[in-house]
Amino acid sequence: MSVGLPVAHESAALHVTGHALYTDDLVHRTHDVLHAHPVCSPHAHARMTRLDPAPAHEVEGVVRVLTAADVPGVNDGGVKHDEPLFPDEVMFVGHAVCWVLGETLEAARLGAAAVEVDYEPLPAVVSLTEAIAAESFQGGQPVVSRGDVEHGLAGAAHVFSGVTEMAGQEHFYLETHAALALVDEGGQVFVQSSTQHPTETQEIVAHVLGLASHHVTVQCLRMGGGFGGKEMQPHGFAAIAALGATLTGRPVRLRLSRTHDMTLTGKRHGFHAQWRVGFDDEGRLMALEATLTSDGGWSLDLSEPVLARALCHVDNAYWIPHVLLHGRVAKTHKTSQTAFRGFGGPQGMLVVEDVLGRCAPLLGIDPLDLRRRNVYVDGQATPYGQVVRHPERILAAWDQVVSTGQIASRSAEIAEFNAAHPHTKRGLAMTPVKFGISFNFTAFNQAGALVHVYKDGSVLINHGGTEMGQGLHTKMLQVAATTLGVPLARVRLAPTRTDKVPNTSATAASSSADLNGGAIKHACEQILVRLTGLAGDREVGRDITWDELVREAYFSRVQLWAAGFYRTEGLHWDSTAMEGHPFKYFAYGVAATEVEVDGFTGSYRVRRVDIVHDAGESLSPLIDIGQIEGGYVQGQGWLTLEDLRWDESDGPGRGRLTTQSASTYKLPSFSELPEVFNVALLEHAHEDGVVYGSKAVGEPPLMLALSVREALRQAAAAFGTPGTSVDLASPATPEAVFWAADRARSGGADHVVVGLPGAAPDRPDPAAPALHPRSEQAAHESVEA
Amino acid sequence: MSDSQVFVNGTPRPLAGVPTHTNALDFVRGLGLTGAKEGCAEGECGACALMVLRPDGAGSRWTPINACLVPAAALDGQEVVTAEGLGRPDDLHPVQSEMALRGGSQCGYCTPGFVCSMAAEYYRPDRVDTDHADPEHGPNGFDLHAMGGNLCRCTVYRPIRDSARAIGTPHEDDALAERQRQPAPGPAATRLDGSAGGFARPSDLAEALDLLLEHPDAMVVAGATDWGVEANLRGRRAPYVVAIDRLPELRQVSTDGVVEIGAALTLSEAETALGGAVPLLDTLWPLFASRLIRNGATIGGNLGTASPIGDLPPALLALDASVVLSSLEGEREVALADYFTGYRETVLRPGELIRSVRIPLPLAGLTGFHKISKRRYDDISSVAVGFALDVVDETVVRARIGLGGVAATPIRALATEAALEGRPWTAETVEVAAQVLYGEGTPIDDQRASADYRSAMLGNSLRKLWTEAVR
Repeated sequence: MSVGLPVAHESAALHVTGHALYTDDLVHRTHDVLHAHPVCSPHAHARMTRLDPAPAHEVEGVVRVLTAADVPGVNDGGVKHDEPLFPDEVMFVGHAVCWVLGETLEAARLGAAAVEVDYEPLPAVVSLTEAIAAESFQGGQPVVSRGDVEHGLAGAAHVFSGVTEMAGQEHFYLETHAALALVDEGGQVFVQSSTQHPTETQEIVAHVLGLASHHVTVQCLRMGGGFGGKEMQPHGFAAIAALGATLTGRPVRLRLSRTHDMTLTGKRHGFHAQWRVGFDDEGRLMALEATLTSDGGWSLDLSEPVLARALCHVDNAYWIPHVLLHGRVAKTHKTSQTAFRGFGGPQGMLVVEDVLGRCAPLLGIDPLDLRRRNVYVDGQATPYGQVVRHPERILAAWDQVVSTGQIASRSAEIAEFNAAHPHTKRGLAMTPVKFGISFNFTAFNQAGALVHVYKDGSVLINHGGTEMGQGLHTKMLQVAATTLGVPLARVRLAPTRTDKVPNTSATAASSSADLNGGAIKHACEQILVRLTGLAGDREVGRDITWDELVREAYFSRVQLWAAGFYRTEGLHWDSTAMEGHPFKYFAYGVAATEVEVDGFTGSYRVRRVDIVHDAGESLSPLIDIGQIEGGYVQGQGWLTLEDLRWDESDGPGRGRLTTQSASTYKLPSFSELPEVFNVALLEHAHEDGVVYGSKAVGEPPLMLALSVREALRQAAAAFGTPGTSVDLASPATPEAVFWAADRARSGGADHVVVGLPGAAPDRPDPAAPALHPRSEQAAHESVEA
Repeated sequence: MSDSQVFVNGTPRPLAGVPTHTNALDFVRGLGLTGAKEGCAEGECGACALMVLRPDGAGSRWTPINACLVPAAALDGQEVVTAEGLGRPDDLHPVQSEMALRGGSQCGYCTPGFVCSMAAEYYRPDRVDTDHADPEHGPNGFDLHAMGGNLCRCTVYRPIRDSARAIGTPHEDDALAERQRQPAPGPAATRLDGSAGGFARPSDLAEALDLLLEHPDAMVVAGATDWGVEANLRGRRAPYVVAIDRLPELRQVSTDGVVEIGAALTLSEAETALGGAVPLLDTLWPLFASRLIRNGATIGGNLGTASPIGDLPPALLALDASVVLSSLEGEREVALADYFTGYRETVLRPGELIRSVRIPLPLAGLTGFHKISKRRYDDISSVAVGFALDVVDETVVRARIGLGGVAATPIRALATEAALEGRPWTAETVEVAAQVLYGEGTPIDDQRASADYRSAMLGNSLRKLWTEAVR
């Protein structure tokens, strides 16, 4: 039985020796490749009045300049038909207006510099607050409502209101976007793409080229990280490469430099939230009203479903009787923000954790107690109407962290330490995670697989999911080996391609192991039924070997391969009413984080983290623990260190991303790794109806890092008098922590308004459109609609 | 030029036909060795790390560097090892084996670079087992800062840390360990010319100065950490490059009477050669970029580039250092405080090279280096402050304070020095001086920090120095 064993990543030996191939590595194994380089807008918003590619052709080695006139199909690289591949109105600094193909990257680069473009600059909206003031919004404006929030607030013993802002996050997958396109025999277009969504890459390439989908094949060997950044964003780049390949007849490689990747591609959405909250005398949440505005950037991309998931996670793990949540997407002249691990969930959850962290001192309740007493219990439902199954697992995880993390004794030690150290303070916080698993958009919850058993007994599997480091392929091998009852080494996995398994969903929403695992299991079971039928009374492994049985099956003309299919049952979701049962289940986790802050500088270190996380019956514990640890540290990066800055001045650089490189945008490195890092999987966590009782684990752990932000708030507060409410910016950089501590020292710490009416959140226009019922679906479908 | 070659994983690879602006990363990838990756092209991520054999006493040392920053031509005659050269999928190197089995890779893209940094630490001749483990060191003597220049975006640092702490010592017949016991290749007298520019490695200082006279537009490189960023990110194509990092005249170290550090020593080499002789610098080294960068970047390079946010100048200003400048006209010594003349401008004349840095002895009794940045290590400073105070009989008799990040050049905090000198070393003096220090320079708002924060950090740096000194 392979499932449940802590096996190493299936490509580990290739990774460590440098033999694992990524899209751009194939360039060195392909002859006659042309290289693509973009011509980028220097303006945040402008109309292009002239584009003259002719000077580029004077540059030695330039082969062709791709412009809108070259597009045989639809000039659009997005999924909403709002992203022209070759725009005539540029919408952000870096927006590519055309692409130059060269014999070398150097020639393409120099050619791009020679292209002459004239612009007529137009006014630009850059910051989220500017967009809100200018009412620059796009897309639907969903509302989640339960009970009567006015009534709930009026009846609450304590009412507070405030504003919470949080920055976005750059994916910074170590492998930047890459595509390599070539034209095969018969005009078949073959694109190697670093994509989480090969099917959609295929569809966009096809519609740009004016071809049917069956003319285009997309393959993804593996990605050097994706994190959501390669769910929607790769399509346009693949289409450019494919367009170049069809026009020149030569392979075309497009790989973004880090600067281009950061400048051109979307990021995690920053959010702005206005909120008003009511508590009873025991600190129980009575009502929450909030208006969340996300910074969508220049086009919609996935902003609507990200917003929907944010609204569906504002409750995090807490029961709130009366809820009114409004959401809207700001349109700004920046990169089009997109999916990023958690997909709005982290932003929604940050709002309620910020509310609890800031209100706890005002209520006079220890934040640990305040959080624990508000956690869901059996029988309660989320604000959108889904009953919370197994809520007792949240408290089980909580209490396990309290016990194994020695929270009580450490809290006392921290109080002693803080009393003795005027310039250094420690803080300890715990936060829970409840994260819904499934795509909100029900149709995406399906998957396919192809399993071949060869005459020698070896097994080859294919499925629709892509590998980006999350260990999906490892788990799929384990599922196949377990279902067929063969050793893991007898199963191989072939790269993800659209001509093997069609119509796949993005590898996203943490659900790929559930979906593709279900499909593989289904395929394996079909084969197994045929084989066991043939075997009759003979037991495989005792009376006949697997290899013998397979060989016998071949000669008995028994089909030794099968296509598998899986669809998640029991889901329904009304995106107009924002009600239903969108999630198969919830993944739970609890984290405790202890930090130490230097009062002179605001710099800090993470001393210890204790996590108990619910991965169901883990398919692959080594992989899952890696996902939990990695998710936590990546979330820690978002919340503490990673600081996206755009030029919001009125100067010539307006709209420019000023942190567009690794030297200005800092990711967590070794120094951010918690010094003590204890991660345990929740026991007795079998999940019915999911492959081998497992649970999704890709995204949920990221939000465990909310505990580091709350711990920093605790430590900053410790510089002031007890009971100080501390307003902490996100990301909580050393500078942000320094100012928070500084405000705590001076007493004027927070901007929370006490009492009613308080600072009431904006109530967006009730006539504003709701979410499109298929707001996640691809462009070619919406064209037809 | 036809005999110029690099020994990659033991195989000679000709440099003929390779444009001189080609970096070592693109060079090895062009050979089909695609394990090394481009993650950032500016020496921040370490995905391109490989090991190069460098001299170390009587033997040599496998030294990890960022391949993206080094001209391929600079490796003429040298031996490099990539992840592919360490082991194969069916025959893993011990370091690769630890990483693979412990879950040290997720997406795998950064992994070959990590493996090279880790392998260099595995082979580090002075790594010895200790009973001691802390957040920065393993019981096997592994210095975790060795991987501070490698980024993993899947952030699987915990298993990587566990792998590092678990690695043993090389087997007696390990070929790379054996190679390390022999001398490293000497510098090759490289002359490469191509349509896109030339590259020369002179053999001595006189030849270098002649070359600079002959090629007034030449770019001088040592560790090439600036050359790489300029070439990769800004498309700069130097018409001629003169490599000076192996010039013997620029590689001397002395601590006799005066501390003199050769300008072409890498920061790592300088750290080793000084052996703790300058405590202020010992607090600086770990904060200066990453080990991968310190293995390339040189003392002279950091002063030559004259960035207002360079890490060395605030420390050297506090140490009252001077620079020795060599040209065909001879040598001159310039106080570092007079060396910077404007934003990235210095008194350095065309055709002149920094030969060494001199630090007068005796050193001040109380020193400190405070670097303020978003990330604890391997970040660019928002503000950096170097302190060197002499306190005699509870009185500050001499104060030297160097500042970075608060003006167009690194500066001395002259008003603060005056507010300290001759005053009793007390909390009251510190508080008055801290307020003066708060007002030094003309800090600006940028993506790293606000001007207010920078000013606050200046004042607090002195308060912190005091607090730590009296503790």
